[in-house]
Amino acid sequence: MENLISIFVNSVFVGNILLAYFLGMCSYLSVSQNLKTSAGLGLAVIFVLAITTPVNWLIYHLLLAPGALAWAGLPEIDLSYLKLILFIAVIAGIVQIVEMVIDRYSQALYNSLGVFLPLITVNCAILGASLFMVERRYGFSEAVVYGVGSGAGWALAIISMATIMQKLRYADVPKGLQGFGIRMIVTGLMAMAFMLFSGITL
Amino acid sequence: MGRPWKKSETYRAVSAALYESNPISKQILGICSALAVTVKLSTAIVMSLALTFVVAFSNLVISSLRNQIPRNIRIIVEVSVIATLVIVADEFLRAFLYDVSKQLSVFVGLIITNCIVMGRAETFAMSNPPGRSFVDGLANGIGYGSILCAVAFFRELLGSGKLLGFRVIPDAFYAAGYQNMGLMLLAPGAFIMIGLFVWLENTLLGD
Repeated sequence: MENLISIFVNSVFVGNILLAYFLGMCSYLSVSQNLKTSAGLGLAVIFVLAITTPVNWLIYHLLLAPGALAWAGLPEIDLSYLKLILFIAVIAGIVQIVEMVIDRYSQALYNSLGVFLPLITVNCAILGASLFMVERRYGFSEAVVYGVGSGAGWALAIISMATIMQKLRYADVPKGLQGFGIRMIVTGLMAMAFMLFSGITL
Repeated sequence: MGRPWKKSETYRAVSAALYESNPISKQILGICSALAVTVKLSTAIVMSLALTFVVAFSNLVISSLRNQIPRNIRIIVEVSVIATLVIVADEFLRAFLYDVSKQLSVFVGLIITNCIVMGRAETFAMSNPPGRSFVDGLANGIGYGSILCAVAFFRELLGSGKLLGFRVIPDAFYAAGYQNMGLMLLAPGAFIMIGLFVWLENTLLGD
C-alpha cells in the first residue's frame, strides 16, 4: 500500500509526466490559453490514462513480454518489439470506444469531454505512460495507480498553467518573448517549483 | 525544366522547413522529445537522425500510397506506416548503439506521436509526389535537428562543461571558482533554454 501511495505522489509531483518528462507538450501548449478547456482536457487525460495504462499492461504481460506466450505453448517467443505499434493501436481504439460509450450514456459528460477525446490519441503522455510502465516493470496495481497519478499530474500542470496565463495578460512581456517564449519560461519556473517536492519520501 | 533552382517547389519546401516555418521554433511541433533528449549533445544528434529517418521515409511511403489510401481511414494507415519505421529505428539503435538507446529510453518510441511526423504526412505527403515529399521530410528532420542540437550544445556546455563527453572548459576556470550550472541538466533548464532561444530568434529575425 505504501508503495502505491509513493508511486502516486511521485507521478503527480516529482516525476510529473509533463514537467519532468516533457510528455504531452503539444496539446499543453495549444490549449493552455483557456481555463475551462484546460480543465476539460485534463479530466479527459486522467480518464483515458486510467483505462489505457492497465489495458496495455495486460496486453504486454499476456501477449508480448518474453515468455508471455507460455500459456499457448510458445515459451521462447519474444514479441516485445511489437509493443509500440500495438500500444498505439490500443490507445486509438480505446479512445474511440470511450467516446462512443460516453456519447451513448452521458450526454452531459460527452458535451464537456467529447471534443477533446480525438485529440488525446496523439497526446504523447498517453503512449509515454504505457512505455514508462513497461520500462519500470510495474505490477498491475502499480500500473493502475501510475496511470491515474500521471493523468492527475498532467491535469494539475495544465490547469495551473492556464491560470498563470490568465494573470499574465496584464503583464508587460518583452516583444520577442510574447506567446510561445514566455510560456516555455513560465513552464520552466513551474517545473522548478514542482521539483521542491522531491524531498518528500513516504 | 529550365526554371532557376531558387524558384522551384522543392527549394521552397526546403527553405520553409529549415527556416520560415521551422517545426520547433515556429510551428511548436514535436516539443516533447526536443526537451527530453537535450541534456547531452550525443543523444540529441542520435535523436535527430532517428527522427529525420522516420519522417523522410514515412513521407516517401505515404506519398507513394497516397492515391490508394481511402480518405476516412488515412490516419490509421499513416500511424501504422510511422510505427513500423519507428520500430525499425528503435531496433537498429538497440543493436548498434545500445548505450545511447538506453539513454533515449522511451523517447525513440514516442516519435510515433511526434506531431512533426504526423503533420508532414497529413499536410505534405498526402498531396505531393514521392520525390518532393522525401526531400520535405529530410528538410523537416534537419530543421528539427538543428534546434535540438543547438539547445543540447548549450545545455551540455553550461551544465557539465563538456561537449560530446569531452571536457572543454579548462581546469584553470574551475580553479578560479567557475562552477557548472546544475540547473541546465534538470528539466526546468530545458524549458528556459527553449524560451530564450525563441526570444533570440524572434528578436533577430523579426516577425
